[in-house]
Amino acid sequence: MIEKHKKLEKNSILLLIFTVIAISIGGIIEIIPLFRLETTIEPIKGVRPYTPLELKGFNVYLREGCYTCHSQQIRPLRDEVERYGHYSLAAESMYDHPFQWGSKRTGPDLARVGGKYSDEWHVEHLIKPQNVVPESIMPSYKHLGNRVLNFDDMGKHLKALKITGVPYTKEMIENASKDGLAQLRPETEMAENLRNRYGEKVNIRDFDGNKNLPTELDALISYLQVLGSMVDLKNYDPQLVEEVKK
Amino acid sequence: MIDFISDNAGVLGLIIFFSIFSIVFIWLFIQIIKKKLRCINLYQLKKKIMVEKNNNKEIDKITGQETTGHEWDGLKELNTPAPRWWIWVFVITVIWSVGYWIVYPSWPTLTGNGYRGGTVGTLDWTQYKKLRNNQKEILDIRENFKDFFKATSFDEILKDKKSYTYAVAGGKSAFRDNCATCHGSGAVGAKGYPNLNDDDWLWGGNIEQIYSSIKYGIRSGHDEGKYSEMPQFAEILNDKEINELAEYVLSLNPKNNQSVTLNTLFADNCAACHGNYGEGIQDLGAPNLRDNIWFYSNGDKSSIISQIKKPKHGIMPAWEDRLDDPTIRMLALYIHSLSASQ
Repeated sequence: MIEKHKKLEKNSILLLIFTVIAISIGGIIEIIPLFRLETTIEPIKGVRPYTPLELKGFNVYLREGCYTCHSQQIRPLRDEVERYGHYSLAAESMYDHPFQWGSKRTGPDLARVGGKYSDEWHVEHLIKPQNVVPESIMPSYKHLGNRVLNFDDMGKHLKALKITGVPYTKEMIENASKDGLAQLRPETEMAENLRNRYGEKVNIRDFDGNKNLPTELDALISYLQVLGSMVDLKNYDPQLVEEVKK
Repeated sequence: MIDFISDNAGVLGLIIFFSIFSIVFIWLFIQIIKKKLRCINLYQLKKKIMVEKNNNKEIDKITGQETTGHEWDGLKELNTPAPRWWIWVFVITVIWSVGYWIVYPSWPTLTGNGYRGGTVGTLDWTQYKKLRNNQKEILDIRENFKDFFKATSFDEILKDKKSYTYAVAGGKSAFRDNCATCHGSGAVGAKGYPNLNDDDWLWGGNIEQIYSSIKYGIRSGHDEGKYSEMPQFAEILNDKEINELAEYVLSLNPKNNQSVTLNTLFADNCAACHGNYGEGIQDLGAPNLRDNIWFYSNGDKSSIISQIKKPKHGIMPAWEDRLDDPTIRMLALYIHSLSASQ
């Protein structure tokens, strides 16, 4: 066999062919599991695509690099479940592109921060974190309150996400820019339309306390307030999920 | 057939890969045993075979070590095989891993059944079961107290030292995680977030009142949440009247040592909630104006005026859905223990 290997080493075409075969095997093993991703996602109700405003907030979260200090992933470990609540499910981040699991916790995990604090708290905390948490080392994000949102390109944004598999409907894409503003204007007709499209649980209100201006602060807080609050975990039982799948 | 291949390409790939891997591995293994080779380096193997054929070991003169037999422009590579114990440890770990495949979930299955679409393993182990077992210990302790808390009134808990100590300790840890972000780690509050250490209560400071404030929240949107809203007096009164009210509120402050007289403007507009002399009504969440504890203002006239004109209102979230009832009860007892009044 060693003598045969010698042949392989001395014939460049043969070497090339066998190299390609060897590398493809490695490649297949890495790539194929990605096509079976759906087997890792729990069949659980409640997870919906982000509304245009929340999506704006998601983008602000990304742009400001929040993920460098905050994770969004509660692991099934005792101390994490005790502190942050129910462990994160794969289904909860299936519409995040890219996902925000993060890998570093300089600040706390944010996977279930939605609804934990009031909007006013978030406003104050983002403007100057030390006002509410004196020992915090988080920097100020005051500038978000001065940056006005522009929803003109939201339709395209939703369309792009749809290609990656987020189930935005045609209606959602067509009305994306209107829906963006609608989430800040409760008790209007367009807010009602937004609710019909995205479900009863959508938070519709002015988030940053500045009613006249739709700002990035609004968007970021609307995103933070929905984190981890979409699914009903009270009755979630991983064993039951397995049985349903069978 | 094509469907079958594309559906199960991952598994087929793995099978192909590992059959190749095992063939090479077993072959090397046999070589090691048969020829008593000292390593599994292919070059070494090749050389060994050649050596056996030629019966010609080449020794480097300077170091006295074998060479691999490879020569590049007169330079020869010394052959330093990995130690035999190291090779054996490697072999053993590979064999050990087979045991893991059997007892733990590891391989994807053809059908996609099983835990997360893979083999389950004979141990039937999952991360979630492990978590449940880890938590069993504390949950059992909690379960005991849970039943106790459900069946026992606050008064009885206050009398029973053991459960009271447990409740205060549990409340303290729940407070740090859930409440300290607004109310401060020592419950001293901040501007707009009440201090819970003093005897001044917006919505009442007995345990039942604290309990319902935590459970249903204040202006939380919860159906049973406490709610009140001070009107924007900028739309009701003129600047002169608001100024008069602010002065009257300042005169109520014990710091100023003024005798309190009834003010008709105050009685008409404010007394319904704040009481005739500004003593506050806790059922309405109307703060007492006669102490020197301020919520949104600093106790100076301009901030009082702005609060009368366009009042700010705090929101306390409802915790009913987030914390279980025993935890809320423990929190109520803990917060009550901070002020020890009412």
